[in-house]
Amino acid sequence: MWNRKDLVGLKDLSQDQIMEILELAKAMREKIDNKEARKDSLKKFSVLTLFYENSTRTKTSFTMAAEFLGADVNDLGISTSSVKKGESLIDTAKNLDQMGADIMIMRHGMTGAPHLIAKNCRGSVVNAGDGVNEHPTQALLDMFTIHEHKGKFQGLKIVIIGDIKHSRVARSNVFGLTKMGANVVLAGPSTMITSNMKALGADVTSDLNAAVKDADVIIGLRIQLERQKAGMFPDIREYSQLFGINKKLLSLAKDDVIVMHPGPVNRGVEMSTDIIDGDNSLILDQVKNGVAVRMAVIKLLMEGRKNNGITN
Amino acid sequence: MELLIKNGRILDPSTNLDFIGDIYIKNGIIEEIGQDLQYSAEKLIDAKGLWVTPGLIDVHVHLREPGQEYKEDIESGSRSAAKGGFTTICCMPNTKPVVDNEVVVEYINMKAKKAGLVNVLPIGAITKGQEGEILANIGKMAEAGICAISEDGKSVLDANLLRKAMQYASMFDLPILSHCEEPSLATGFMNAGEMSALLGMKEIYPESEEIIVARDIILANNAKAKLHLCHLSTKGSIQLLKEAKLRGEIVTAEVTPHHFTLTEEAVEGYDTNTKVNPPLRTRIDVEAIKCGLRDGIVDIIATDHAPHHIDEKNCEYEVAANGIVGLETSVSLTITELVNKGYLTPIGLVEKMSTNPARMLGIDKGTLEIGKIADITIINPSIEYVVNGQEFESKSKNTPFNGMKLQGKAMYTIVGGQVIMEDGKIRGEIQ
Repeated sequence: MWNRKDLVGLKDLSQDQIMEILELAKAMREKIDNKEARKDSLKKFSVLTLFYENSTRTKTSFTMAAEFLGADVNDLGISTSSVKKGESLIDTAKNLDQMGADIMIMRHGMTGAPHLIAKNCRGSVVNAGDGVNEHPTQALLDMFTIHEHKGKFQGLKIVIIGDIKHSRVARSNVFGLTKMGANVVLAGPSTMITSNMKALGADVTSDLNAAVKDADVIIGLRIQLERQKAGMFPDIREYSQLFGINKKLLSLAKDDVIVMHPGPVNRGVEMSTDIIDGDNSLILDQVKNGVAVRMAVIKLLMEGRKNNGITN
Repeated sequence: MELLIKNGRILDPSTNLDFIGDIYIKNGIIEEIGQDLQYSAEKLIDAKGLWVTPGLIDVHVHLREPGQEYKEDIESGSRSAAKGGFTTICCMPNTKPVVDNEVVVEYINMKAKKAGLVNVLPIGAITKGQEGEILANIGKMAEAGICAISEDGKSVLDANLLRKAMQYASMFDLPILSHCEEPSLATGFMNAGEMSALLGMKEIYPESEEIIVARDIILANNAKAKLHLCHLSTKGSIQLLKEAKLRGEIVTAEVTPHHFTLTEEAVEGYDTNTKVNPPLRTRIDVEAIKCGLRDGIVDIIATDHAPHHIDEKNCEYEVAANGIVGLETSVSLTITELVNKGYLTPIGLVEKMSTNPARMLGIDKGTLEIGKIADITIINPSIEYVVNGQEFESKSKNTPFNGMKLQGKAMYTIVGGQVIMEDGKIRGEIQ
């Protein structure tokens, strides 16, 4: 039975809890296509989105997930809110808590911000990305997609390529996937990975060929162009030629390798167009699975609240 | 008034004393030291089982006055020092306004006198407004009684300007207290290591400190300046310091209790009371710091007492202010972590907390010599207690040591022959 109040990261989840989410997500996915099956199971529950960083797909994905479950969804427009008036994060969250938010879905540019709110509020907090720390629902949807195609995690070779250092997606994936027994390899330019990341339980390398050899799964990460100015790489041309995921690189992986990307993709930079649109790509499936996984997370947290008699 | 301290373990490296005996104080002066002293004194202190040491000196505290009295002021900071066993504290110049001219120095002197507890020695800024562009009024501030200059909180990035400051300060025999930080390598919020990888936190590289340590050692040696390195936190810094000392260069250094007690692992859970600059480092660094103290490489223990209001800590880790209050836990942490674990002898503790600080500053303190002003600390080395920040005299309670069981505590603080703290009570409250 689900007993966690919040979902702030995969670092603290158990294997069983991860599987519970993934299994429920499978049932949830049916509801996306079948309007009749959606049911208003979470009617009268309130979900609030607080995005302190811009987001289109994640926010929409969470919003639709909550709506498919029948919950009331509201968005706190950060740009027009009291944040602009200099209210502290804790004060904002405590106020929203008092208004009766059951679940606050929060993205914030600072590591640990959702953890802080979770500690200070009765409402449940879902981390939709904090600083360079975690993005648990993205990793869960990646894991869902992997599990659907490979039927397992144990023993899979999963390679994550790109700007690992600034990627909360990569970090949540490492926490989740290694917990489930997969072998994770982090690969990218040496300015974007550090040997300290071995502490996460993953292998770390700048040798893309070795990394991709016999891989079951390849996850490409979005390269942020402003990293160029920060001295991480000389230019896009060099990056895409040396570290881009292309046909030649893919040929080193297993024949049935699947290719994923959290989006939005810079076509021809971190991944070539023929890969993005190719047979091995599951990039669009990921998006749909994202809604299903978020439905599962919201449902479990709401049930946990009911089970534990938490009212707000 | 006369004061007689009986049967304490008298510890004083400056006069080579370590014996069980008595001290007689008259008119604020140490009159006699020996065994079985027979005097009728106004106040008698039974120091059986206690250490009697020259008054402890903290060369690195932030008193926040003028300008940020909501965090601390000279009176509350003085009370905090008295409670922690310090008779002399040196306050950093990063106040509002910055201590960059004699007027602010005189203001602090006046406020300290009004508080009337411990000796407060102001430290002047190196540059006007700590802006790193024009020299502060170092000479005028020297006349007003500053004990050193420092740009604490940051480094003077213009090496040529720092070189000139060193040359200029040497005319007044003022030490330069150097905060070592190259900002381009310190854009994050915690040490760059395994924990930052695990916690997903932007990083501060050890090289940020070490590069400036090396630079300042080189500059000071050429300028023949008295360089003192503040709050060293990395193994690499200790190594650079050791090499300079082996070359015979005049350089001293301090470390803080939090840097020899805690590692970066304390940041787990994002407790903002662990946010400090320089950041908490790794086990390897902590061990290097402790060995540096043991081997005489590191001269001084200083707290970098940095009070911050609860609102400045009850927030996102990135937004939270840097700093830890230290005056009231310093003696306990030093005994618990260093004396009890064999890194320092009791005499070694006195050296790091009184003798060496006085020598570095070039002040006539840190000694139990007969005829000197009676600044004395009496410590119970075996008392055990659990830290509770809410009980601090400091206005601020930002400590990462809450709930920690520690051993050793200052029982009496005596300044100029006056007992200003007895068993946790500050003068006025003492029965």
